Amino acid sequence: MRYIPNSAEERAKMLAEMGVQSIEDFFTSIPAHLRLDKPLNLPPAYAESELIKFFKNLAARNIDPNSSTSFLGAGVYNHFRPVIIDTLISRSEFYTTYTPYQPEIAQGTLQAIFEFQSMICFLTGMEVANASMYDGSTALAEAVLMANRINRRKKVAISQALHPEYRQVLETYLKSTGMTLETIAFGTSGQTALDSLDINDQTTAVIIQSPNFFGSIEDLELAAEKAHKAGALLISVTTEPISWGLLRSPGDCGADIVVAEGQAFGIAPSYGGPYLGIFASRAQYQRQMPGRLIGQAQDTYGNRGFVITLATREQHIRREKASSNICTNQGLFMLMATVYLSTMGRRGLQEVALQNLQKAAYAAQAISSLEGYSLLFSAPRFNEFVVKTPRPAAEIVKSLTSHNIVAGLPLSNYYPDMTNALLVCVTEQNTRAEIDALVALLQ
Amino acid sequence: MSNDNSRIKKVRTHISQNESLIFERSRSGAVGYKLPKIDVPTTEVNELVNSKYLRTDDLANMPELAEPDVVRHFTRLSTWNYGTDTGMFPLGSCTMKYNPKINELVARLEGFATAHPLLPEESAQGCLEVIYLAEQLLAEITGMAAVTLQPAAGAHGEMTGIMMIRALLACRGDARKKVLIPDSAHGTNPATAAICGYTVEGIRSNERGLTDLAELEKRMDDSVAALMLTNPNTVGLFEENIEKICKLMHERGGLVYMDGANMNALCAVARPGDMGVDVMHMNLHKTMSTPHGGGGPGAGPVAVTKELAPYLPSPMVIKQDGKFVLDYNRPQSIGRIRAFYGNFGVVLRAVCYMLTLGSEGLRENTETAVLNANYIAHHLRDIYEIPYEGKIMHEVIFSDKRQKKYGITNGDIAKRLIDYGFHPPTMSFPLIVPGSLMVEPTESEGREEMDLFIDAMKSIDKEAQENPEMLKHAPHTTRVGRFDEVAAARNPVLRWQATKSEEK
Repeated sequence: MRYIPNSAEERAKMLAEMGVQSIEDFFTSIPAHLRLDKPLNLPPAYAESELIKFFKNLAARNIDPNSSTSFLGAGVYNHFRPVIIDTLISRSEFYTTYTPYQPEIAQGTLQAIFEFQSMICFLTGMEVANASMYDGSTALAEAVLMANRINRRKKVAISQALHPEYRQVLETYLKSTGMTLETIAFGTSGQTALDSLDINDQTTAVIIQSPNFFGSIEDLELAAEKAHKAGALLISVTTEPISWGLLRSPGDCGADIVVAEGQAFGIAPSYGGPYLGIFASRAQYQRQMPGRLIGQAQDTYGNRGFVITLATREQHIRREKASSNICTNQGLFMLMATVYLSTMGRRGLQEVALQNLQKAAYAAQAISSLEGYSLLFSAPRFNEFVVKTPRPAAEIVKSLTSHNIVAGLPLSNYYPDMTNALLVCVTEQNTRAEIDALVALLQ
Repeated sequence: MSNDNSRIKKVRTHISQNESLIFERSRSGAVGYKLPKIDVPTTEVNELVNSKYLRTDDLANMPELAEPDVVRHFTRLSTWNYGTDTGMFPLGSCTMKYNPKINELVARLEGFATAHPLLPEESAQGCLEVIYLAEQLLAEITGMAAVTLQPAAGAHGEMTGIMMIRALLACRGDARKKVLIPDSAHGTNPATAAICGYTVEGIRSNERGLTDLAELEKRMDDSVAALMLTNPNTVGLFEENIEKICKLMHERGGLVYMDGANMNALCAVARPGDMGVDVMHMNLHKTMSTPHGGGGPGAGPVAVTKELAPYLPSPMVIKQDGKFVLDYNRPQSIGRIRAFYGNFGVVLRAVCYMLTLGSEGLRENTETAVLNANYIAHHLRDIYEIPYEGKIMHEVIFSDKRQKKYGITNGDIAKRLIDYGFHPPTMSFPLIVPGSLMVEPTESEGREEMDLFIDAMKSIDKEAQENPEMLKHAPHTTRVGRFDEVAAARNPVLRWQATKSEEK
């Protein structure tokens, strides 16, 4: 086996030196009848060249990324990933190391996390950000559990325009907590109908996504005002954080906890993961936060450095009283995002956000001027919008796929009543020619 | 203070570059990116979005750097880290084995990396087949009936498994309140049970470090939903009564959750499914060689018996008329525990690894991992206390009992190991071993590296006797010394803030 440095001869020698007859002797604490007496039914070992061929063949059974165009968003976005992201995260000192429990030999990871936490604070307008959660959906579930720890209330007001899979995850997490969800419907603008918000002193938090699942930008400031009036927290959710390059930050609008999916920050779609859960809150709640926090520290010589801090919230110390059971987070993907944000930088983030806005506006205008097509919602948008289609959106997607265009997401996948609604996303990666081709085929 | 490093053979110090925070490196006007020129007609931003929704801070404080500076920044940071490619990383229970490079190549193949999770199923047949294949391979390795890949990490898998147990018991009309967890367990076990709404009760281990059957017999009643058990357990021993334990739990209406963190001791040698376990998770980032990435991403697939299969998270990949499709019609499912289908990129790496090894390779791994742990135990047992003598499997747990008399703790030994060029072993658990040093070499270590480790451990024991003061201030050769973590927690500084002169 090419991953085992000790040859069979060396291993035999080691056994002999230890006075052990056979390797089997090490396994006698496993009752004999439980030890396998035949090989597992697995494919025979592949050579490296065979593996490459095998996986290339499998990858080719997906749609060919080089000859196709996609307008899919809905929580996962097609943004350009600067080449140096993979160069840098492939430094094996980064990717083959563990959670930085030994700060003297993990300052690279620790400083990068500190930089990530700082950048997330700037972008979200919050005071504390953690080292990451699994993804946006689980970050939201943890945020709701945190809100409950803060105010002990049991009702959650949740926007119907939240990503439906995030809601499903939340429902699973809340099953054994006795907490309940109350839906806030969306209005004709595509925004959550905050005027119908009915909350009281039982409400732990209001959950609003912006831009929401339909691409509409929400009035987070109004949501915060309403939530705070009832003594509830505002949890803001963002699945497309590139929008932060242009839009007012959730913290500036008054959010108490901000969660987001960080995939848009330089992480490949990779069929759903791994991604990056972004989690930030006000400083007053930092001791209720889940996950790992990195703080600045001084060593015995007076050097600045970084360590895991406030760990008394965590499972390895608090066990069943911990604020969360999370242990592993998304370290390497946190690093990817940090490299992305550093490379794009202040001006790049503004420019990429602006390009998304302009291209989506162009596409929305072009599609909605087609016979039979219109925009379903009137609220301002970032890079996604819902098109009202003359026939079922699922049919349109199907027929355009044969032209190697993935036209978007039929909303009926999640909202069965919305058969003639197509969610379209346009990013800086979609050229005018691609948008024009989509428009031509829709006609 | 004398600081004699003449015994250190594996490493010598060399310069490492200083590097400021990225924000301190930022220079106004520098750029590290270039986008294509916008090719659509543009509209005034204010006409598209009401200005009340727009940012007014001009993204002040976000860094501005040219590409070479970004590359230098993160490259310098990387040199301050220690990884498994650097050297032996005997962090017990974490299985810091070699991360094969072919896995990285496969996960980055364009057809996989660019695949959007909401593609029409017919456009994602390759991805769906990978998921299907991974489930089959893991089911065979664990001896269980069905597998979900949705959990993003081990603790997430634990949660999924306990939720399924809860759902099954509810379906039986026999909701229960408690989960039993041995006192040797990893901290995530009790944290998970609590999050799933259960009261946690500890089960004490017997004098051999194994689950105390008599104690279990006493404590297992109709209020107990499940036992969470790590096997081999966290003192590195196989729970030889595993079948009796499962039988007892089942007879009294409970279930057995197995934490599969230590599967590197069992792969292709024995299968939890054959032992009577009901549900378990595996850590692909341990046993299946996917990189730990400085703390994730991992993946924590959950494998279950036939009885529990209907409760697996939704959706599942099934094969229908020769095509792979996502099945959402799962009325008894606990629901979704993560958006989309889990950490697909990690699963891909694990599949690549399983196919690289095959059954024989997996067995050779397991045997070598166990041999290596026993080799280290053999050479150090006269010097370091092994609190629970028994058949050592893939890791050996020492304690600092003998070094304590010189005032030296496991922490000091660990920090001194850094000077000798090693990553320290695990110390934070098992709680039943005071001053523990959990050493897991994995199959990836050769004899030469292990001999250096053994030498280092012996030498540190000598230093404990000769110069304990020196050990208490180790490490001495790193670019930073020990940190004042108490002060850091008292006044937490969790983000960089611009000083007046740096404000833009």
